[in-house]
Amino acid sequence: MAASNETMLKKPHVGKKRKPPTRYWEGTEKDGKNDGKKQKEGDNNEQTPQQNKTRTKEGGKRGVAGGKRGVAGGKRGVAGGKRGVAGGKRGVAGGKRGKRAGGKRGGAGEKVISGKLDPFPGSALVPEEKLKKFKRGVKGELPPRPQYKLRDVVIRSEAASDLAQKQNARYDLMLPEDAGFLEGDKDEDTCNISQDDIADAVDITAGAKYFSLTLSQFGPYRLDYSKTGRHLLLGGRRGHVTCLDWQSKQLMCEMNVMETVNDVKWLHSEALFAVAQKKWLYIYDNKGIELHCIRKFNDVLRMQFLPYHFLLATASATGFLQYLDVSVGKEVVAICTKAGRLDVMAHNPHNGIIHLGHSNGTVTLWTPNQREPVVKMLCHQGGVRSVAVDKTGTYMVTSGMDKKLKVYDIRSYRPLQSYFLPAGASCLSLSQRGLLSAATGDIVQVYRDVWGTPVTKPYMAHRAKGSVWGVHFCPFEDVLGVGHGEGFTSMVVPGAGEPNFDGLDANPYRSAKQRQEWEVKALLEKIQPELIGLDPSQLSQVDHSTWEQRHEDRVQVLGFDPLAKEKFTPRLKTKGRSSSGKVEKRKKQVAHEDQRDVIRQTVEDRMKIDKERKEKEKKEAAAAGQKSALDRFRK
Amino acid sequence: MAKSKATRKSGETMKMTSSREMVVQGMDDEDDEELQRALADDNISASEDEGGSDDERKHCKLLEAISSLGGKKRKKLTERSEASIQVSEFTVNAEGEGDKINLSDLIGTLDKTPSALIKTKKQLKNLQHNQSTLETPLTRKETEKIQREVAFEKTSKEVSRWQSVVLQNQKAEQLVFPLNQEPSGPKRIEQVVAGWKAQTPLEQEIFSLLRMNKQPLHDPVLTPTEEASLRAMSLEEAKIRRAELQKTRVLQSYYEAKAKREKKIKSKKYHRVQKKVMRKEYLKQFDEMVKTDPAAALEELKKMELSRMKERMSLKHQNSGKWAKSKAIMAKYDDGARKAMQIQLEVNKDLTQKLVIPADEDEEDEEESAETLPDFVNDVEPILDQVNPWMRGKLSTEPMMQEESNRLDPPVWPREVGKPGEGWDDQEEDEEQMEETEEESLLRGFEERRKLRQTEDVEVAPMSMEENDDEKKAEILDISDDDEEAVEISDGEEAVEISDGEEAVEISDDEEAGLSNFTSLFHGLVKNHMEPPADQPKASPGAGQEESPALLEEGLVRVRTLEDVELLSQDISASDTALLTTQTPGTEETDTQSATQQADKKRKRKKMIDPNEVLTKEAKVIEMPLAPTAIEDVEDKEEQRIIIKEAFAGDDVISDFLKDKRKQEEAGRPKVIDLTLPGWGEWGGLGLQPSRSKRKRFRVKVAPPPPRQDQKLPNIIIAEKRDSSIAAHQVCQLPFPFENPTQFERTIRSPVGHTWNTQNTVQKITAPKVVTQLGAIIEPIAREDLIKNNRQAVTRPSINLESDQGPQKKRCSQQKKKHKRKRN
Repeated sequence: MAASNETMLKKPHVGKKRKPPTRYWEGTEKDGKNDGKKQKEGDNNEQTPQQNKTRTKEGGKRGVAGGKRGVAGGKRGVAGGKRGVAGGKRGVAGGKRGKRAGGKRGGAGEKVISGKLDPFPGSALVPEEKLKKFKRGVKGELPPRPQYKLRDVVIRSEAASDLAQKQNARYDLMLPEDAGFLEGDKDEDTCNISQDDIADAVDITAGAKYFSLTLSQFGPYRLDYSKTGRHLLLGGRRGHVTCLDWQSKQLMCEMNVMETVNDVKWLHSEALFAVAQKKWLYIYDNKGIELHCIRKFNDVLRMQFLPYHFLLATASATGFLQYLDVSVGKEVVAICTKAGRLDVMAHNPHNGIIHLGHSNGTVTLWTPNQREPVVKMLCHQGGVRSVAVDKTGTYMVTSGMDKKLKVYDIRSYRPLQSYFLPAGASCLSLSQRGLLSAATGDIVQVYRDVWGTPVTKPYMAHRAKGSVWGVHFCPFEDVLGVGHGEGFTSMVVPGAGEPNFDGLDANPYRSAKQRQEWEVKALLEKIQPELIGLDPSQLSQVDHSTWEQRHEDRVQVLGFDPLAKEKFTPRLKTKGRSSSGKVEKRKKQVAHEDQRDVIRQTVEDRMKIDKERKEKEKKEAAAAGQKSALDRFRK
Repeated sequence: MAKSKATRKSGETMKMTSSREMVVQGMDDEDDEELQRALADDNISASEDEGGSDDERKHCKLLEAISSLGGKKRKKLTERSEASIQVSEFTVNAEGEGDKINLSDLIGTLDKTPSALIKTKKQLKNLQHNQSTLETPLTRKETEKIQREVAFEKTSKEVSRWQSVVLQNQKAEQLVFPLNQEPSGPKRIEQVVAGWKAQTPLEQEIFSLLRMNKQPLHDPVLTPTEEASLRAMSLEEAKIRRAELQKTRVLQSYYEAKAKREKKIKSKKYHRVQKKVMRKEYLKQFDEMVKTDPAAALEELKKMELSRMKERMSLKHQNSGKWAKSKAIMAKYDDGARKAMQIQLEVNKDLTQKLVIPADEDEEDEEESAETLPDFVNDVEPILDQVNPWMRGKLSTEPMMQEESNRLDPPVWPREVGKPGEGWDDQEEDEEQMEETEEESLLRGFEERRKLRQTEDVEVAPMSMEENDDEKKAEILDISDDDEEAVEISDGEEAVEISDGEEAVEISDDEEAGLSNFTSLFHGLVKNHMEPPADQPKASPGAGQEESPALLEEGLVRVRTLEDVELLSQDISASDTALLTTQTPGTEETDTQSATQQADKKRKRKKMIDPNEVLTKEAKVIEMPLAPTAIEDVEDKEEQRIIIKEAFAGDDVISDFLKDKRKQEEAGRPKVIDLTLPGWGEWGGLGLQPSRSKRKRFRVKVAPPPPRQDQKLPNIIIAEKRDSSIAAHQVCQLPFPFENPTQFERTIRSPVGHTWNTQNTVQKITAPKVVTQLGAIIEPIAREDLIKNNRQAVTRPSINLESDQGPQKKRCSQQKKKHKRKRN
């Protein structure tokens, strides 16, 4: 079990460099865009370049001090720069204070005590797209004036949410890192670039991320990266379990559990991990000490950990889906899925729903709150081999026995793309930036943007030594871990990881003290399993059925509906014009007023769309076909 | 009156005596006698006095006479020292007790004092008027009540002054106590310097030097006026502003009222006159405008032209109205009416006169067309006549066809017409179809289909050009040769099916036959002309050769049943294993369908979602740079076989899933409640069923449930069961000001916590409602504060959600706010 002897680090060849390394983050289009922006704002910037510079600097400082956090990933504050070229991008965003804010002060600008005029009075403008990014819900109409208290409350909350949106958009500037990708030369496919070439081309630290561990004794390996991406857990089918700090290659523990290992999973931190062994589920600490043997969880095949709920979801060979609350150590629920052996599992990081794949080609979605699947989707004609869900909870990728790879939009449950892979994909994994890795036999392929334009070729490909058993993207790193029959390989996949991490949520560089503090906070913010549902925003909605019941009761007590609209009673007109017929007519005129508005609106919209479509088609037709001589006889 | 005097006198004496008696009563009886004597004495003395007073009176009279001699009458009241019978206040003396007083005596005195008379008269009158008695004073309770009321009014007036302050404080987002704190944050230098005093001897010396040299000690950068302007708007200004606003508002309301009033006037004459006036004014203005601003005038002119055109379009001035008709009758006899008619006619003439339009544009158009179109086109006159059916739509070249169709009212489209149409897009055709009449479209549909069929027989590939969908193209291109054969076969089969097998399927190369068929068909149509337009696209292509009634009676044919799906998918999955093509069974199926010449029919159907169409998305092949070389063990062979079997058990999978879905749908549907009871009006017993009418009557139908979420998603089952676990965490009772859930949901739509917001935002959003200074005494708000509040708005620190700048900016924006408040 001296794995350290077996580990063989592939050292990058620093010496020979054939061509200047093209860094993936040096995206050409990005730069072009920025140039365009710069030109646009040129007239503003020209006047006072100095001032702009100082302003941007201020902004930067403020942002770092603020330490803002955002919604699950992407919008969270920067605690430390990982890689990338922040400087160039920061320069741009500063110059966006062209327009004058004040209406009255208008042209003159404000006078400073030194006597100079502020050429850009008011706060900087926030670009529209960014505002859109942080938009939450829709603004409605204000309640009428007589309800002034309600009006006040609504106005105030609206102002607050506007402020929040604006500030978030403003501080989004603080997330300047962007992922770049490999770009081949002319007539060169990126998938033909070998890992060795990449490792050669990149700097030493990045090149060191390509390595492989030769562990041929204990069979195919499953793996898991911790949430921060620092630690790696490997579980060999024949009982070999090891965890290590993969970047420093420091071994934390290594052991053989002398039993079949079905799956391994880190729990909330790198201090604990769960191993699904032949019979029971075991929990070890990072020293390899067995902490628990959970007898309630037997024959577990696959596991998923919901980090914000502190739930370990397990799928067993007996068809049970079980949830273990690791913060209190209790089983939350055990659901009999009645779908046979469950060996395909994924979880939706957006809403905490568990996806199970079955041998009859269906994928079922589960919450701990319902005994039946929330949604059942027929995805494949053969059995489902693997499922992966995108970080934002928008896309699901499945692969099946029918050798197909399908992409679904799991908000509307509609298929987006369907690919045919000659050998089918056994393991799928999605990176934080939306790269898809699919393992077919001993080949690991990585695809870019599978849900957008249909892809015909993989972005990268790599042949592993044995048949692949598990693939996993490392969070916050451009690394793909591959567990196979001959051990483990860590691939460099440019553009895979999220470059901006949230220091308060998952900080790869955190100290032990920080980890402890984070643990306490995370436990305090733990989300209860009852809140898992298809729509995570449901919590911010009023419980309608109960409210309606209450309202009905109230109506009964009061004898009238306080919320009912006032019934229209036509005014009495003199001179014999209030005959019953005319009164009815007048009543009809105002009947369903609001409904009519809606209908009118929809009809108008439809007309507009139709018109646009027709125009477009006409244009296309004009572009496509020559004008025929007979066209003029047509209507 | 004299009598009354007398009685009074006696009364007086009586009183006197009685009073004396009363006084005496308390005394001893012994003294009684003495008293009697004394009284008797008294009486005697009185009589003696009378004798003496006679002289006195004479003396008085004498004096009076003397005084009267001296010109002016002097009224002199006699002095009266003590109560006596002779002397009365009215200067009436009763001389001799027995004498009666005459009326004249009394009147005589009146003459002497006329003012007194008037006075008394007045008094008498007053007395006569005020006959009511004085009211009794109010009870204590009532007086207290009144006092309380008055006091209440006073205090409420006093208290109501606080009303605005209280309301403001209630509304305020944040209250900072103690009040009147010095604003924290940096101050202007001048402010700091102004408060500073020279203390040390050095400073004092310097200051004295400065003073001696008349240097400015406190040199504010801002002048007092500037400072004042920086401060909030003063009360006077605000008042002026308010008055202005009020005035404008009042004026507006006046104007509105006036307009309303005028609008209500029904008199036509009034309006006519009004219009006339307006027109005159307008013309005047226009004339002026021509001089001053020609561009605007031109625009006005355009507007006028437009209105003229509008009027021209209308029936005005056509002498067809009620008025005109009546005038026409009167015109014979009435000169005025005739004139009016004449005027109207003139106006009409003016309006209907065609204006000469510059012909530039038309020429240009023609030039263009000449450029783009070949010459032979110009042979036909390019006039689009709406009446002549031959001139709208496509050009016909066959004279024979024309003759034939001349017999019919609506035009028949010759088949050659379609040929250029092949190049056209489908959308255009669709548009045309929309505009065409029903018959036309139907006929043309037949035509097209027949044509399609012809081309189809030659080869399949060109047919694909018909379809606009890229998808389809790709599919068909993908099909291998074998597939094509299969397609053709199935094609033939379906055609046979549809044409009922009665008539042999003749693929008409012969045009004549086809045309005659058409005409006969059309005749039938004209006779019947009752077919629904929806049937048109559904009519099968083979029907062109059939007799029309059969065609019209043909209903919808289900092209693909569930069983078909299963069967087909089975077949094709089998073939799939052999071929390893990229198509899924579903797509294969669609291919075969697409090959059956029902291009447009399919297009129509494509728009709707077929609930049975499961897993039909076509797959894209991905090239792999590296071929997998994983060596499967020999033991795995068996496993592999199972796997393959599993993989291609697709048909079962689909049907199972559909069955499952149907079951779920069934379970969700509410059941019909049967309330029939045996017996009750009919025989009941073993083996007897209640009658059908009864069963029908007692069956309670339940309203259908709302449509399922997965109604339009064929390969999805969404559980309809409500998940109530989250309900415990949701809000079910709305807090006070909210009335309906949407309002409340709107206010909680954006999260508050640190996780989703910047630090600043969180602090601002979650600022406490009341802020107190630690250790400071919070005193109640004083009257001075109130006055100050009223004078310079309110100095409460509001949470400023707009700006995110430093304190200085904040202050600035606060001031702005103040301005706003004042102005409002």
